[in-house]
Amino acid sequence: MTKKKGGVFTKFYIALILIFLYSPIAVMIITSFNKGKTVVWKGFSLKWYGELFKDKAILGALVNTLTIALLASFFATILGTMAAIGINNFRGKKRAVIQNVSNIPIISPDIVMGVSLMLLFAFLGNIFNFEMGYVTVLISHICFCVPFVVLNVIPRLRRMDQSIYDAALDLGCNQFQAFFKVVIHELMPGIISGFLMSFTYSLDDFIITHFTQGAKFQNLSTEIYAMLRRKIPPTINALSTLLFVTIIIIMIIINVRDRREEKRNSGR
Amino acid sequence: MEKTAKKTVISLRDIFVRFDGEVILNHINLDIREKEFVTILGPSGCGKTTTLRIIGGFVSPDSGDVIFDGEKINDLPPNKRSVNTVFQKYSLFPHLNVFDNVAFGLKLKKVPKDEIKKKVTKMLATVDLKGYEKRSVQKLSGGQQQRVAIARALVCDPEVILLDEPLGALDLKLRKSMQLELKEIQRQTEKTFIYVTHDQEEALTMSDRVVVMNNGSIEQIGTPEDIYNEPVNAFVADFIGEANILNGIMIDDCRVRILGKELECVDKGFGTNTPVDVVIRPEDIQITSPEDGQLTGVVQSSIFKGVHYEMSVMCGKCEIIVQSTKSAEIGSTVGMRVIPFNIQIMNKLLPIQSNTIETTVTYADESAQYFEFELEGETITVKDKYIPKGKRVRVYLPFDALSITGAGDGDLKDVYIESVVYKGEHNEIILESDSRKWLMLSDTDEQVATYVPLYFDFSKASFEILDSAEEKEG
Amino acid sequence: MKTRKLTIPYIIWMLVFTMIPIVMIGITAFTDKSGNFSLANFQSAFHYSGVFTKSLLIALISTAICLVVAYPLAYMMTRMKKSTQNTVIMLIMIPMWMNFLLRIYAWVILLQKNGPIDSALSMLGIHGTYIGNTAAVIAGMVYEYLPFMVLPIYTVMSKIDNGLIEAAQDLGSNNAAVFGKVVFPLSIPGIISGITMVFVPSASTFLVSQYLGGTDDIMIGDVIDKIFWTDQNTGSAISLVMMVFIFIFLVIMNLFGDEEAIA
Repeated sequence: MTKKKGGVFTKFYIALILIFLYSPIAVMIITSFNKGKTVVWKGFSLKWYGELFKDKAILGALVNTLTIALLASFFATILGTMAAIGINNFRGKKRAVIQNVSNIPIISPDIVMGVSLMLLFAFLGNIFNFEMGYVTVLISHICFCVPFVVLNVIPRLRRMDQSIYDAALDLGCNQFQAFFKVVIHELMPGIISGFLMSFTYSLDDFIITHFTQGAKFQNLSTEIYAMLRRKIPPTINALSTLLFVTIIIIMIIINVRDRREEKRNSGR
Repeated sequence: MEKTAKKTVISLRDIFVRFDGEVILNHINLDIREKEFVTILGPSGCGKTTTLRIIGGFVSPDSGDVIFDGEKINDLPPNKRSVNTVFQKYSLFPHLNVFDNVAFGLKLKKVPKDEIKKKVTKMLATVDLKGYEKRSVQKLSGGQQQRVAIARALVCDPEVILLDEPLGALDLKLRKSMQLELKEIQRQTEKTFIYVTHDQEEALTMSDRVVVMNNGSIEQIGTPEDIYNEPVNAFVADFIGEANILNGIMIDDCRVRILGKELECVDKGFGTNTPVDVVIRPEDIQITSPEDGQLTGVVQSSIFKGVHYEMSVMCGKCEIIVQSTKSAEIGSTVGMRVIPFNIQIMNKLLPIQSNTIETTVTYADESAQYFEFELEGETITVKDKYIPKGKRVRVYLPFDALSITGAGDGDLKDVYIESVVYKGEHNEIILESDSRKWLMLSDTDEQVATYVPLYFDFSKASFEILDSAEEKEG
Repeated sequence: MKTRKLTIPYIIWMLVFTMIPIVMIGITAFTDKSGNFSLANFQSAFHYSGVFTKSLLIALISTAICLVVAYPLAYMMTRMKKSTQNTVIMLIMIPMWMNFLLRIYAWVILLQKNGPIDSALSMLGIHGTYIGNTAAVIAGMVYEYLPFMVLPIYTVMSKIDNGLIEAAQDLGSNNAAVFGKVVFPLSIPGIISGITMVFVPSASTFLVSQYLGGTDDIMIGDVIDKIFWTDQNTGSAISLVMMVFIFIFLVIMNLFGDEEAIA
């Protein structure tokens, strides 16, 4: 009964918020099909999309963004999963300390992480004679991704029946077999969501990359930043539109997968 | 008995285990023979699961040896032992179906595929799960999951199967039928089964031998009949079946005094005038007319239990439970008889008359009338009693001067409840602190194997000043 | 037990790439260019106290608006059908997965001169500038961080056991009382994490104000970004001061949360 009472107001309120959230994006998408250079409508055209695909800087940045996101989330997933399993075997104070330290990258502002890593890399660069670039950005991204993996895997470990590891040993597995044949399957949902979270955060990151990218490296965010500084080229609208569509497709896939999993779980 | 001729498969020799400073297993010795169904029985926290995990290889003992077929296997990891476990919560692998769960161990042993198929199919038939091969284990009922777990352990053809309270999660009816089924599977497969449970009825029904454990030690090992009929002490008697456990005095061989009456019994060798525990099973008591009874009492309650009536009879302040096919009227006075053979005499668990503390006064205040002494690292204050500093003193605390409820942290912070035995009038509770044991009386049921604070009531205590210390001082 | 060793690579990693860098900020903040101990950086940092105040103010206002908008939304969502809830959550999350800069840029397009809002209002005879002021910065902040407020509150609220609500109704509570005595107290942890998740980034970010703000809408993040490339010492000092502010804020939030948990 309470559900129907607020119906109209609820719908109105949610609609208002969605308008707030989507109108800038909508304007951007519409503008991307504009023949003119500004928002003033001059007629439909796909020319900005054509120009986008000719823009080597953007395409290069896109490749960098994707490879960094993949590698960073891959390494973060391995490091984070190992860490989670280890942390789960600590008790009391030691555990609290490790978990608090591992939350630092999540709660500390991006700019502090970026600046502090820049200091470190500049310092190490002086000693070992290297310049910031792809590798330093990758390391920085692994840094802020690992905690998300740890946070996602630990609850799975807690929920897991600890004795299935014992059962695997009992049936003849050594420790590695027990992990790869049994335990990992139980942790998989946590590992996957940790990986996906890492991937999206890495894709989206600007600030930390900004401070650790060095002179030559660009990812999509920093490239856009640079473009916006120079002038506002309309290709950006085309790029945003394409990214938006990609994101929607990915979200739908994830959502369908989640719901399927939910159904499977509720079937237990 | 022919069973004794069988070969010993597993020996535990002087096993000692400690976790976080707490003794879990206190020098356990246990031999397990071929093809036998052994049940380790005890309350939760008694160390029975740890014993099983030592045999399985999941826990290594701090000292002592695990011997398997004559070989010491202390450091052999679980995957190298010819032992398989059925876990408490089954611990089936959720990502595998029934077939793959059962085949798991065989696949690791690199058994050829067609042979795996044959063995698994046969095993699933044994546990009554034919046709369930492709089912997801998560969609099975508790009983079915249980059978998969048993099949998964059995199919590896180990010499010994360990079962850790495998029926604990099932409902009563299913548990009863699974008990019989398990026993049948054991008979068919001729394996050694080591079964852990806290359910005494389960232990009596299924086992060839029962090992009763409490507080990290083995109290008694024997056939179900032995354990039931001749418990070695009040703990075992109380834990197995229903029993009247009474305080008695062994006057001489075959003569015991309980509830102020002298009765004939068959036990010898307890000495003269020795305090003992006496067990009389409720079904061994005959109700007679008051004149014919060895003991008399007033019927407090009578409940019909299907086969018999269970009556509570008060003999003075002491309650005695009687099972009889005839009911007696509530409020009536009845007589009770027990034949000598059914009176079981046991040594007392803790043969003390009162709790004594021998100590030296560490601080005393004459004007405020109190003194202090040290006990297991705690400072204990005795109020309204002055004994000068440095004196040796012996404090006698009667059983009712101890309690485990009160304000604050207690005089001793964490004492362990080792056993709780109902003696008709009160519960007799044995407590263990760091360096000693205590006996107290309580009218409430306390949870065994938990930690509680201990309080002393020194107004009930008596004090004896020992001279020797005075001389030293002088 | 042996699996504890698996934390070793992680601990080394965190030490080298999280703890040491933060310690380096501390060291750099307290030294001058030649590496001697100095407090001069903090004197320079003090020049920006106006920026600090404004940043914190903008962050607080943005956080407050986010909370006021998000809380009813989260509550309404929990009262809807489960499938509708999932859809709405997805709709709220989608813009969040869009590149941060592109989202601000979208606002630039929307608010700029001759942009849709300007043209629409001009047609009605209203003329003005909608970009380059504090209000635009706050709007941008709310836009960027609103989902971070909605999600934790919604998550906590949707976990409230329906039995509790029914029990409260059963004991005679009306809807307002159910909300006040059950839903609100239980949603406080969500509110706290929402506030944290919005306040920390909005106090420290430097892009929103750069694109949407005017010349006097510089935030502390902008200052750090600008200074750090030339003067790491002063930059570190400002970062350190900002960290201290944020740390104090987090501690206060946690205290508040703990007290509520006890009460």
